[in-house]
Amino acid sequence: MITIPYLTALTTYFSYGLLFAFGQFRDFFRKIFDWWQASNLQGYAPICLGLEDFYIRRLYLRIQDCFGRPISSPPDAWFDVVERVSNDNNKTLKRTTVINRCLNLGSYNYLGFAAADEYCTPRVIETLKKFSPSTCSTRVDGGTTTLHSELEEVVANFVGKPAAVVFGMGYVTNSAILPVLIGKGGLIISDSLNHNSIVNGARGSGATIRVFQHNTPSHLEKVLREQIADGQPRTHRPWKKIIVVVEGIYSMEGELCKLPEIVAICKKYKAYVYLDEAHSIGAVGKTGRGVCELLGVDTADIDIMMGTFTKSFGSCGGYIAGSMELIQYLKYTCPAHLYATSISPPAAQQIISSIKVILGEDGSSRGAQKLAKIRENSNFFRSELQKMGFEVLGDNDSPVMPIMLYNPAKIPAFSRECLKQQVAVVTVAFPATPLLLARARICISAAHTREDLVRALEVISRVGDLVGIKYFPAEPNKQQLDDGRVKLE
Amino acid sequence: MASVAMDMLRAASDWLTLAFDAPSAKAVVFGVNIGGHLFVEGILFVVIIFLLSQKSYKPPKRPLTKKEIDELCDEWVPEPLIPKIGEEMKHEPPVLESAAGPHAIVNGKEVLNFASANYLGLLGHEKLLESCTKSLEKYGVGSCGPRGFYGTIDVHLDCEARIAKFLGTPDSILYSYGLSTMFSAIPAFCKKGDVIVADEGVHWGIQNGLQLSRSTIVYFKHNDMESLRKTLEKITQENKRAEKVRRYIVVEAVYQNSGQISPLDEIVRLKEKYRFRVLLDESNSLGVLGSSGRGLTERYKVPVEKIDIITAAMGHALATEGGFCTGSARVIDHQRLSSSGYVFSASLPPYLASAAITAIDVVEENPDLITKLKENIALLWKGLSGVQGLQIVSDPESPILFLRLKKSTGSSKDDLQLLEVIADHVLKEESVFVVTSKRSTLDKCNLPVGIRLFISAGHSESDLARAAEALKKVAASVLHDEE
Ligand SMILES: Cc1ncc(COP(=O)(O)O)c(C=O)c1O
Ligand SMILES: Cc1ncc(COP(=O)(O)O)c(C=O)c1O
Repeated sequence: MITIPYLTALTTYFSYGLLFAFGQFRDFFRKIFDWWQASNLQGYAPICLGLEDFYIRRLYLRIQDCFGRPISSPPDAWFDVVERVSNDNNKTLKRTTVINRCLNLGSYNYLGFAAADEYCTPRVIETLKKFSPSTCSTRVDGGTTTLHSELEEVVANFVGKPAAVVFGMGYVTNSAILPVLIGKGGLIISDSLNHNSIVNGARGSGATIRVFQHNTPSHLEKVLREQIADGQPRTHRPWKKIIVVVEGIYSMEGELCKLPEIVAICKKYKAYVYLDEAHSIGAVGKTGRGVCELLGVDTADIDIMMGTFTKSFGSCGGYIAGSMELIQYLKYTCPAHLYATSISPPAAQQIISSIKVILGEDGSSRGAQKLAKIRENSNFFRSELQKMGFEVLGDNDSPVMPIMLYNPAKIPAFSRECLKQQVAVVTVAFPATPLLLARARICISAAHTREDLVRALEVISRVGDLVGIKYFPAEPNKQQLDDGRVKLE
Repeated sequence: MASVAMDMLRAASDWLTLAFDAPSAKAVVFGVNIGGHLFVEGILFVVIIFLLSQKSYKPPKRPLTKKEIDELCDEWVPEPLIPKIGEEMKHEPPVLESAAGPHAIVNGKEVLNFASANYLGLLGHEKLLESCTKSLEKYGVGSCGPRGFYGTIDVHLDCEARIAKFLGTPDSILYSYGLSTMFSAIPAFCKKGDVIVADEGVHWGIQNGLQLSRSTIVYFKHNDMESLRKTLEKITQENKRAEKVRRYIVVEAVYQNSGQISPLDEIVRLKEKYRFRVLLDESNSLGVLGSSGRGLTERYKVPVEKIDIITAAMGHALATEGGFCTGSARVIDHQRLSSSGYVFSASLPPYLASAAITAIDVVEENPDLITKLKENIALLWKGLSGVQGLQIVSDPESPILFLRLKKSTGSSKDDLQLLEVIADHVLKEESVFVVTSKRSTLDKCNLPVGIRLFISAGHSESDLARAAEALKKVAASVLHDEE
């Protein structure tokens, strides 16, 4: 739950209203202009539609340069951002050869495995030579190599489940698994802020979808009770099964899932738990085993554990871990296992090696150091930001920390000013967040040194003063804050 | 009782006369004479509004008590998460101990590999390995972010430009996984209310995209142009507003489920006649069809701009991973913000993008690879003619040779089991690795199952002869009583 000051809400609405009005105004003239010229559609309906297209043309294009900035180096603690120029008011951007070395606060490089690593990289290259970049085949045909079997074993061990299956993309893992597990007559209860891959998987399954308030166990319980008592819509037959889908760390909120409470409720009401650990696996927990370890939940209580390798492990792909039977069934019928090219062997090796480093099986203590470092870095950075008076979301220990911007004009201002001072941050706006709740998002890495963070804090503080996003007084006084604010979900 | 009613009626009529006679009843407001009847109408109007604003009668609802809900919750028994594990679900695929090249190692034994769609034999190609190594050393493995958030690495942009240049299109967009390409691209353009005409044999990635788009889906008979024409005609006739809705035809260049090839010239003719847009999946034709490997459009000499949206997975002839979509600048730019698999997923690992660039370079420099593949396809066709109990149903130009049972057992599950036995024997006894076309329970395709052989330019003449002999021998022994 985010509270937003009245004045900010008002000015934010006003800014969007103005942008909208101007956009409509320009569209009006464009329409007249188009009408003048003969239509060139020749009997086809336009390929891009109304409002979505409007948003892109009139709002997004103005600040296009804040997104999709190309880089020309690995996404390590520091990276090379390629400068782009536009000759047509930001409509198109052209790459230049000018490079800007920036501090990277945007990539999901939690453990710093994105760049070359003394243990992983030689093994990855060796694997490339032995197995080639691809198998050109699906897992059930010719795409299972000894490396894939090893990877599944390593992953199952690491997350603490009897078995696992891996796929070449995290998004596909979610969107292709949910339809296998549940269909018509089933119910998916999903956190309101779940990732798009989960939403797509749920839609593709044909099951009924209900949403509970973000990270609110009491509301989950209410929805569960209502749904079990009501049964399926119209026929009122009992539900075949209920799957509750939550994420370990919410990537746009930085919040940890209230897993112990949610698991207790699911147990009570016999619902299955599906946990997406995309951002938490490897990044939190004493030995990097994710939110279960951090919050003291027994992995046996989680029916389906999902995660991705794109973040902490610096590779690509996703996994599902669960009981032996579950994995056997998925391997028998999951479309992503049957029809998709198996995960690229060098990427598989990167995952195996990075897990070995995390567990200290490489014979060094680098893994433990990385884990200590990311925790220390995250907590330091978060508390410093809060002290400065920024409105920072999320929980302690989480390496993701959004800073609220609210006003649409502050999105490009914050992003561009930071970049000018060699700090690369990510800004997120509608549609990834609700219209009012635009934010900047910081992702902390174990690769950041203390000097890097101090430097980043200085820049963010300066830019924060400039664009006016220190919504709290420095060293906030809690009592005073709760007055005069609108509650928003 | 009656008198009471009479009294009330009288009172009401008195009231009415009073209203007609009231001083205000003769008032003139803005030149309008407020006669008595206007006054009554006014009252009636108010009454009607009052009645309309009332809720219609509903039997009073008695919500369940807390105790009742508790009981219902206690009584509810969910189904198990997954069905019981049957014997057929325990099948384990062969595990390779080497790269999946034309010759691979399974169980310590060298086998001839016909299971990998390594059409041009680029898997393990010297130049690809070199560019991957360079890329791995420079960029690491993963990109650690979606394209919007610093996950765009210069090789991605180079790769997109290279693909567009190769195919002669204005622009292209990279996806991080082949399977995600179609199921993201279709819903980006097709929404509720749009009409999609699709082949019934399309692979699951497309089916999933069709389902997610929530458009009206009409299937036509597999690769049957007469059926397509009738479907288009019917839709155009029936739908008065057809001009206003967006209409698409979705086809695959080479169908993975049958090895058939779409007659693109005919499709383009129909598309232009009925004004549908075409989405073409070139996953199995890129690098294979056409004299220089530019795919189906080159094979049929159709200008590439006539096809509105082209997608392809790069895990086949290009021997890398990921996928791309290519078309006009508008089509591509739209996806950069509206395509779920592009926006919400980490970008393609840079080394795989480098591999794709190099693979295209290699294809352009060595057109003889395509010639060799064509020869190999013809050779295997010849070698397999007259195989007992099986029938080739794929197109003679298709790099996927698709064999199905001449006489089906009646159920596709039993058919598949029979074919599995053949594939198993061929691998174990003859060391030739061939695979069946397995189907997920989610897959709605109902074309007959079969054995698939993925032919590669890397196979030698003797490899092909050996494979054909092996299949013939095993088919003859397993299917001896079929003919
Ligand atoms: C919660 C969640 N699930 C799944 C994914 C998709 O993972 P990938 O990037 O590997 O496709 C993401 C990525 O952002 C995510 O945040
Ligand atoms: C599975 C699932 N989760 C979450 C959401 C997001 O819900 P909302 O936008 O209503 O908060 C949706 C909405 O479609 C959904 O389908």
